[in-house]
Amino acid sequence: MHHDNLLTRKIQGAVDSGRKALIPFVPAGFPSRDRFWDVLLELDSEGADVIEIGVPFSDPVADGPVVEKASIRCLEQGVNLDWIFEGLARYRKDIQAGLVFMGYFNPFLQYGVERLAVACQEAGVSGLIIPDLILEEAEPYREVLKESNLAYIPLVGLNTSQERLQEYAGLYPAFVYVVSVMGITGTKSGSMQVLGDKLRQVQDIFECPVALGFGISSRDQLESIEEHVDAVVFGSALINHLDEGKTPREFMAGWQVPRAFSQRVRAKT
Amino acid sequence: MRKGYFGAFGGRFVPELLVPPLAELEEAMDNILPAEAFVEDMDRVGREFVGRPTPLYPCRNLTAELGFDVYLKREDLAHTGAHKINNTVGQALLARHMGKSCLLAETGAGQHGVATATAAAMLGLDCIVFMGALDVQRQSINVHRMELMGARVEPVESGTRTLKDAINAALRYWIAHQSDTHYCLGSAVGPHPFPLLVRKLQSVIGRESRQQMLEQTGELPDTVVACVGGGSNAIGMFHPFVEDRQVELVGVEAGGRGGPGDHHSATISRGTPGVLHGTHTFLLQSKEGQILPSHSVAPGLDYPGVGPEHSFLKDSSRARYEVIHDREALKAFNLLSRKEGIIPALESAHAVAWAVENRDSIKPGSKVLINLSGRGDKDLDIVREQME
Ligand SMILES: Cc1ncc(COP(=O)(O)O)c(C=O)c1O
Repeated sequence: MHHDNLLTRKIQGAVDSGRKALIPFVPAGFPSRDRFWDVLLELDSEGADVIEIGVPFSDPVADGPVVEKASIRCLEQGVNLDWIFEGLARYRKDIQAGLVFMGYFNPFLQYGVERLAVACQEAGVSGLIIPDLILEEAEPYREVLKESNLAYIPLVGLNTSQERLQEYAGLYPAFVYVVSVMGITGTKSGSMQVLGDKLRQVQDIFECPVALGFGISSRDQLESIEEHVDAVVFGSALINHLDEGKTPREFMAGWQVPRAFSQRVRAKT
Repeated sequence: MRKGYFGAFGGRFVPELLVPPLAELEEAMDNILPAEAFVEDMDRVGREFVGRPTPLYPCRNLTAELGFDVYLKREDLAHTGAHKINNTVGQALLARHMGKSCLLAETGAGQHGVATATAAAMLGLDCIVFMGALDVQRQSINVHRMELMGARVEPVESGTRTLKDAINAALRYWIAHQSDTHYCLGSAVGPHPFPLLVRKLQSVIGRESRQQMLEQTGELPDTVVACVGGGSNAIGMFHPFVEDRQVELVGVEAGGRGGPGDHHSATISRGTPGVLHGTHTFLLQSKEGQILPSHSVAPGLDYPGVGPEHSFLKDSSRARYEVIHDREALKAFNLLSRKEGIIPALESAHAVAWAVENRDSIKPGSKVLINLSGRGDKDLDIVREQME
């Protein structure tokens, strides 16, 4: 029993048309407060299916230096949830992609989870990815999120046991996010064999689409595991790209899968 | 009570990738720690290597001056000069039982890093210590000590380049190296089971003190005082007294310079509840949940969080938490050195200062037990600088 969530529909829509859903991650206020909304609109018009808006935190333990530096830069410019919601009130209607917040728990907790859930629903944000809110700790908030139709997106990894995967799957999430490395964001990936096995297991256990992220910088990386992935998330690579003054369009162009290729892959599954 | 919680505080707010090593550690804590062979190991290492039991010292001169009986628990006489070694030796032994070959630690001023390097050297384990780049500059002697004992010291350049960033870096490193590495966290903070594990290993302080008080005076103390940074020496001292309802427990936090707008480390006294480094506890944070910089003249107290069990003891009114400023701590540092021939760590001087500053409200003849968590040799440069 999937809850009907925009995120599931967006990813499924991409898969149905024979390609991977693309999920760019940008910290709110990056590369600057002024440029951020243009970046978001351009990512959207260049084919993003879901966009992860990073809600910056001073102590991002699951992130590598690229995301951490970008987050701190945003904090120094005064970015907070109020600023993000103000912007969304203006720009959400021009964005086709599904939106999720990716952020550490404390800023959400201080804002008030109930208040956050209501504000997200009004602002057109459909889900939360909270890297430091595991299954057990999310439990007290599950009802509140459900009432606002706000999805809790689980992160699972190469060392997540079968039993835990099943517990997460029992939440019927909008999609599941597989961390591709035993490490932090921006880390180079290890064995594709190991990752492929884990993805197959996740695919078997979860009914929902499977997204892959952390350390994904190019399409080539996916070659051997493509059939087990419905969506790809890229963060550090996009941030580095934007930091060099290049456009979202150039970045997204590298991810547009040639039609013939993706159809061949689909035929295999 | 929910597993891993102390009332509303505690928990395990970590990336999913850290759940397996934390579960593995929890299992080791539950099964290995209480086993007879392990208890014997701990006792032996405590006796032979750490120098336990540490003395309980009645401060006759200070008692005469203040009008109430002052007892010091002499953790400054433990190997490496502070209570930190109780925790690191225990975790190192546990790590070896778990088959880990490397100890990972964060350190602020370097005390916990030195204590971890010491335990690692003794047990033949590898050791890597993350230390804020700013602290590496400020505490070069401790870097040298760690390196002498074979540890690799990694300067952390991210964030504020201090203790909290060193903890972030250690957690990140642990994600990638969990199969052969044990994270030897330095205080009663962090995700479950660390607050419980560190308390178990530090409770030797309170157990010995309680017994020594009874042997030497025939009575329990009226008041027990300890400084609170992350809270490991304090929880180790308090815990064996928690059921003795008549014993007052006082945790002393660092108030920094105390001017308006100055940074401080009085997390429980002046902070608000939130989540940092895997645990729900009092924090120094902005309204929006961003962690604020902390400050204290005592480097070991300079942390914007506190162990969750202290938040609980405060919430349930079993302990109270008071603030001592840099100036008062420095006064107590000089007083104890001069009157008793004991140079305290600046951290411990905060606990001494609480007794000195409250001399008028403490009942004459009552017994005040202060945990002297460390010795002050490490602080002479800071003190000299402050006196100028
Ligand atoms: C001598 C001494 N006392 C106290 C502390 C504070 O830590 P905790 O509150 O965990 O005992 C430190 C920390 O480095 C220390 O070195």
